[in-house]
Amino acid sequence: MANGAAAVAEKTFYEEGTSSRKGILGWLLSTDHKRIGLLYLGAVGSFFIVGVILGILMRLELIAPGKTIMEPQTYNAVFTLHGVIMIFLFIIPGIPAVFGNFFLPLQLGAKDVAFPRLNLLSWYIYIIGAILVLISLVLPGGPLDTGWTFYIPYSVRTGANVSLAIFAAFVLGFSSILTGLNFITTVHRMRAPGMGFFKMPLFVWATYATAWIQVIATPIIGITILLVILERVFGVGIFDPALGGDPILYQHLFWIYSHPAVYIMILPAMGVVSEIIPTFARRTIFGYKAIAISSLAIAFVGYLVWAHHMFVSGLSDTSAMIFSLLTFIVALPSGVKIFNWVATMYKGSIDPKPPFIWVMVFIFLFSIGGLTGLVLGSLATDVHLHDTYFVVAHFHYVMFGGTGTIFFAALFYWYPKMFGKMYSIKWANIAAALFFVAFNALYFPKFIMGYMGMPRRYYDYLPEFADLQLISTIGSWLMGITMIIIFWNLIHALLKGPKSKENPWGGVTLEWHTSSPPPLENFHVIPTVTHEPYDFSQLKEMKNYESD
Amino acid sequence: MFPAPTSTVETVDSVMLYIVAISVILLLGITVTMIYFVFKYNRKKGHEPQDIHGSILLETIWIAVPTVLVLSMFYFGYEGFKEMRMDSKDAFVIQVKAKMWAWDFRYDNGKNLDTLYVPVGRPIKLELQSLDVNHSLYIPAFRIKQDVIAGGKINTLFFTPELVGSYDIACAEFCGLNHSMMYTKVVVLSKDDFASWYEAKKDSSEVQNAGIVQ
Ligand code: HEM
Ligand SMILES: [Cu+2]
Repeated sequence: MANGAAAVAEKTFYEEGTSSRKGILGWLLSTDHKRIGLLYLGAVGSFFIVGVILGILMRLELIAPGKTIMEPQTYNAVFTLHGVIMIFLFIIPGIPAVFGNFFLPLQLGAKDVAFPRLNLLSWYIYIIGAILVLISLVLPGGPLDTGWTFYIPYSVRTGANVSLAIFAAFVLGFSSILTGLNFITTVHRMRAPGMGFFKMPLFVWATYATAWIQVIATPIIGITILLVILERVFGVGIFDPALGGDPILYQHLFWIYSHPAVYIMILPAMGVVSEIIPTFARRTIFGYKAIAISSLAIAFVGYLVWAHHMFVSGLSDTSAMIFSLLTFIVALPSGVKIFNWVATMYKGSIDPKPPFIWVMVFIFLFSIGGLTGLVLGSLATDVHLHDTYFVVAHFHYVMFGGTGTIFFAALFYWYPKMFGKMYSIKWANIAAALFFVAFNALYFPKFIMGYMGMPRRYYDYLPEFADLQLISTIGSWLMGITMIIIFWNLIHALLKGPKSKENPWGGVTLEWHTSSPPPLENFHVIPTVTHEPYDFSQLKEMKNYESD
Repeated sequence: MFPAPTSTVETVDSVMLYIVAISVILLLGITVTMIYFVFKYNRKKGHEPQDIHGSILLETIWIAVPTVLVLSMFYFGYEGFKEMRMDSKDAFVIQVKAKMWAWDFRYDNGKNLDTLYVPVGRPIKLELQSLDVNHSLYIPAFRIKQDVIAGGKINTLFFTPELVGSYDIACAEFCGLNHSMMYTKVVVLSKDDFASWYEAKKDSSEVQNAGIVQ
């Protein structure tokens, strides 16, 4: 069945909730996956803004050698908080919790996720974790100053408030695990009639692969954190050499989670790309199975490369060799995806609207991030570049240029579906162009500085880096302006924007087969799937699509 | 080529050049193709889109070719790494102790100071130990670093300086308040200068000036 929704006046999920309560409680107690997705959007978006402000403050401090606006202790706390917020509160939950929640059931043709109450609980756990982070900032001892990696023994020795802050990460982990569990079950149990695994949209595949990592890898960081707390509070020697522990063991455990976690960050974004390109090229995806299976390959091979973060920690030369080899292998499935995406543009009918433009920016920035990953995977070069600005540039290209860019692309793509409004296309395009310039000004100099030998997490630097540091800081201002334009555009559209068409881009995956915004239980009639996910011949039959 | 302060420098730079060259080609290939398609297959031109589901041949090519490329990168990286890790029987051994936020170098004859002096042309082996938290001894000009781990573990770092001169040593593992101030120098002296420095009872600062003559 592929008929567009009938355009009868029907209550949207804004007008009708799962509980009889009205107003704010109707949201805070809602088990509707769409409302929960928007609750996440509010929370994740707010923390992102805080993280960006902290980043801009850091760049201001680094504008010239010596002290500019803050003391070294403050700087150390700021980069730690920036890292913790961006990793644990923005990028890990980001796409799965916001867009996964909102669109997984819609794309599967389901009424909701498998466990709606567990879903709401996950959001509360996220909020509790976030509040614990904030409390840890103001308690005696002062804000965490260890970097987001909490390396031992520094994190045992510092006077700062480590236990509470990492306990917050522990709590946040549960939110991630439960969301993963919920999504896995949803994918297995809630697919609409006719939707076999290989008829699922690729965003579903990517979210599904991610969910497995969330469920399998997150407990490792949870246990590691408990061990650190045990050590700090009760003096049990596990990692701290002063108590007879082994600090390298900590690094292994930390990265056994945190490396797979980088795939939690990037896989869902790759899923979104696989949605946007077919829609705007109006043709089927090239290499559907290759893309779907490469997600699973990344999810599983991703467990085997953690020690590439430890090449200079005193790892044996043989282990270094093996982990370097595996690191190169795990790069291949990502390459496969990029080639298939570009091939999907071949003989399409391309309409480069903002979501597509943002995806193009993504492909360029993410390719740079991935290719510089090869430089770091190679042993000879990693010894030089490890823990320098080269790494800082690399992970911002991957996480911000990759996942961050796609967070915006997803917002621009699904905004009309989520809110029923349309933003300014012109300003979304201007923002994409400005983002491109700002991003490269902000981070490209860091590759050069890294190769020149500028270590990361430095409050101060040698005069030879002054020019490049200045360019980077100017980039951060442009980035600030870009963010203001994006948020202003989206908020303005929400308040005053024109009503959007039901299916403005001509999408054909199931979320476009219902009204915008969707009703409480998503579909008036649960659809029966007869087409492949990206079969645009359906468009002719879809009543809600008016070609322009 | 410019004379390099150690032979490692050329090795690392050439591996870097190799990977970056391939990367730039791939990046340009991807970007140009993408932009070309966007213009060529623009909806404004009114082409009928074609549903091409994939191609086993292409899939195989773009798995096989990158596999060969990355394996070659791996190989060069590993060869370079082996070269850096080469221990030598007649290496000159110096004990290094790191603490928040200073370095301490101790020689077999009891000389002990905060700057590293080494003779040119002789393999050097640093034995690294930390007195408090983790640090990392990093000499950017030589393209080498090694973590200095707290506890009993002693890591080693090898290099053979080939140019007389003075180079920065930085700390590359975050170690708290003054992490960014944990700089010192490695001073490479000619064999004779080093011998007289090593035997002399003179204070280190005098020699430091004598060392960087050119
Ligand atoms: C305007 C935006 C941003 C600016 C100006 C910015 C700037 C910075 C700077 C200056 C550092 C410190 C580098 C160092 O010396 O070690 C840093 C670290 C970091 N950034 Fe960003 N950043 C921004 C956005 C992001 C985003 C979007 C993410 C994640 C998605 C992110 C993740 C991180 C992480 C994980 C660290 C490492 C923190 C640590 O060393 O513990 N940043 N950033
Ligand atoms: Cu240090």
